[in-house]
Amino acid sequence: MKEIKIYVMGKEYLVPEGLTIMQALEYCGFFFVRGAGCRGGFCGACSTVYRKKDSFRLKVGLACQTKVEEGMYLTQLPFYPANKAIYNIEELSYDSQIFIKYYPEILRCIACGSCNRVCPQDLKVMEYINAAIRGDVKKVAEFSFDCIMCGLCASRCPAEIVQYYVGLLGRRIYGRLIQKKAKDLEKKIKEIEEGKFEKELEELMKMSIEKLKELYEKREIEAE
Amino acid sequence: MYLDYMKESIKKVEATREKRIKETFPKLKAEEKQELLKNYHPDYKAGTVREIKVGVNKGDLVVNEIADILESYSYLNPENFKYENVDYDVDVLIIGGGGAGVSAALSAFEYTKNILLVTKLRIGDANTIMAQGGIQAADKENDSPAIHYLDVMGGGGYKNIPKLVYTLVNEGPKIIKWLEELGVMFDKKEDGTMITIHGGGTSRKRMHTCKDYTGMEIMRVIRDDFFNKRINYLEFTCAIELLTDEDGKCCGAVLLNLENGKILIVKSKVTILATGGAGRLHVQGFPTSNHYGATADGLVLGYRAGAKFVYLDTIQYHPTGVAFPEQILGQLITEKVRSLGAQLVNCDGEQFIYPLETRDVVASAIIRECIKGKGIKTLSGYGVWLDTPLIEILKGEGTIEKELPAMFRQFLRFGIDIRKEPVLTYPTQHYQNGGILINENCETNVFGLLACGEVSGGVHGRNRLMGNSLLDILVFGKRAGKRAGELLRELPPIKKLTLNHLITYHKELKEIGIDENRKSPKILPDYRKGEFQKKLPFLINL
Ligand SMILES: Cc1cc2nc3c(=O)[nH]c(=O)nc-3n(C[C@H](O)[C@H](O)[C@H](O)COP(=O)(O)OP(=O)(O)OC[C@H]3O[C@@H](n4cnc5c(N)ncnc54)[C@H](O)[C@@H]3O)c2cc1C
Ligand code: FES
Repeated sequence: MKEIKIYVMGKEYLVPEGLTIMQALEYCGFFFVRGAGCRGGFCGACSTVYRKKDSFRLKVGLACQTKVEEGMYLTQLPFYPANKAIYNIEELSYDSQIFIKYYPEILRCIACGSCNRVCPQDLKVMEYINAAIRGDVKKVAEFSFDCIMCGLCASRCPAEIVQYYVGLLGRRIYGRLIQKKAKDLEKKIKEIEEGKFEKELEELMKMSIEKLKELYEKREIEAE
Repeated sequence: MYLDYMKESIKKVEATREKRIKETFPKLKAEEKQELLKNYHPDYKAGTVREIKVGVNKGDLVVNEIADILESYSYLNPENFKYENVDYDVDVLIIGGGGAGVSAALSAFEYTKNILLVTKLRIGDANTIMAQGGIQAADKENDSPAIHYLDVMGGGGYKNIPKLVYTLVNEGPKIIKWLEELGVMFDKKEDGTMITIHGGGTSRKRMHTCKDYTGMEIMRVIRDDFFNKRINYLEFTCAIELLTDEDGKCCGAVLLNLENGKILIVKSKVTILATGGAGRLHVQGFPTSNHYGATADGLVLGYRAGAKFVYLDTIQYHPTGVAFPEQILGQLITEKVRSLGAQLVNCDGEQFIYPLETRDVVASAIIRECIKGKGIKTLSGYGVWLDTPLIEILKGEGTIEKELPAMFRQFLRFGIDIRKEPVLTYPTQHYQNGGILINENCETNVFGLLACGEVSGGVHGRNRLMGNSLLDILVFGKRAGKRAGELLRELPPIKKLTLNHLITYHKELKEIGIDENRKSPKILPDYRKGEFQKKLPFLINL
């Protein structure tokens, strides 16, 4: 297999082509305690900063989802100290200043767009921070929804904003206060509490396997 | 980017697409399913399970890789272990910071503030955050807990424990409401109606989703609530043994700080095991969809302390793991892809199974197709096509980006646009169907020890249905927390902390001649190149 040269925190290593950054580091003998979580692009534990040879540009990515390339200089960001506001969701009510109340630093945004450039999910981070300043919860929630909270945006923000916590606050307000409640749900809970299904369930619980099988095979399936 | 011969096969898939749109592959009859499972499901392969030779389940069949870690010694020597310095003295100790552990903490918090949650990586670095497909609950007009009950039992091979299933389905709607109130953003219509879909083995559309980030959205929200309540926690700290008192009651745990190798002792009135699954044991060499820390530690800890288990002879292989590209081998392609209309087709572009049969059946059918020579060769094995472009045709352009952003992104990173090209898939080790036996209050047979989530067993019988695990971890996570709170008043005071259970256990191991160097729990898998695979750094002092 073809081998390529990479530089881990400045030191040169040869690794087979085609590995992810995480696999390549392991191949070199590094063992992860920090810096690896889901290994599938969901948890944000593996944010990586790298630069290619002969380029000044810093790039970022998830070590578990990015292939190593010839001449990569790389390192991982195992931890980033971030400030999270403490609140009780049950006591929150919506007003347009809510983001500013909990995260006043968002007003320091200088619209440099660094957050957008580093987001491994390609989210419009700066746009949702602007929406937060305006109090547009829906936009904050929707634009930040795919955030895996890896912290790369915060690591590059000159205004020291922790974007991913602003997004989280927005989504929780949106989910709790703005999205309409599911009506079927309330009704069903009431029916369960009134014991509407109790008898049927009890019969099922006592039923022989043969009888259950018969019911199962005959059960009606809702159309697509 | 697909290799050339793969592209040739894609042409055949494209050629049959039009015809297949109108074609529904017939569902299998009960006998046909049995036949398929027996011949092709990995669980049935000869020599892959064995009788466990020690402990309370002695004689029961267990998957080899799990038996290996159960038939291993502790890192600790019970004869000369020092118990005097208790580092934490708490009411409730929760081991594991995934969905089950965090929801247990939130409900225990209503009874006591003296809680400690410990977790191996960070809170949320867990299988929970990876769940994409959705969460089941019978809350629609045409649905009921009874209908849900039958689906769960049928899926589980009728081996589920009825009272546990009853609890799961009855509390489903309440859990969805709880999440709604915490601010989880479910996929909804304008008027608030939940948009729900089918999953493998469901008879009603009761899968609630948050795009294909359902587990991530739930985990982010409950973790935020956990932080807001300022509950004490330790990250990168792994429980390596439970403590018992002279009566055999569980009274805490021994922890290992994974960063400096320091041992910590926790004394607790109630201990909740919420350590999740076993994917990283790579049963039969399968790749896995699970997170880095899914090494079945909780089974080892619980079993040594005397907790019984059920159904550890069966593993759930998710039918659609990634088979190509190699970099993301084994990662999950959510069942939602099939719920949205993608069909499974072989190298000639023909369907061979109804896409929403239960997981065990679909996985077996894919394996059969590959054995028959109808698969597509990949770098490390075989795969069949999952025809994702069909989704855009059936549900409209833009559906994939809207409904499956995680998957769309994942493949695009490797140059594959799933809107235009199908993906290659093969079964991956996904879920631990069985586990530590619990009752509806999450109690194990060991006093003071509760369990919830994937580490526990009985709820799903021998095969879990998609969407029932997220429900399980929240229903039983919350119940475990509540029960722990109630137990604080009921349990007798703790006597001396000991590792007595290990003395007997080690003796049994010695009697059957187990090599004394074989130790567990595994803590984390070691993927370093062979020559570097030495003792893990944090085990240096043990
Ligand atoms: C890729 C993927 C997709 C899935 N999709 C779905 C879906 O769509 N619907 C559904 O219902 N289910 C799904 N599941 C299953 C479901 O997500 C899991 O079964 C469930 O989340 C398990 O929750 P848990 O809290 O029990 O375990 P986990 O979430 O895994 O949490 C356990 C935690 O305990 C920690 N831990 C382990 N050992 C120790 C120790 N010794 N000491 C301290 N901490 C320890 C782990 O690191 C982890 O953080 C999916 C699973 C995967 C992997
Ligand atoms: S390890 Fe979770 S995103 Fe890479």
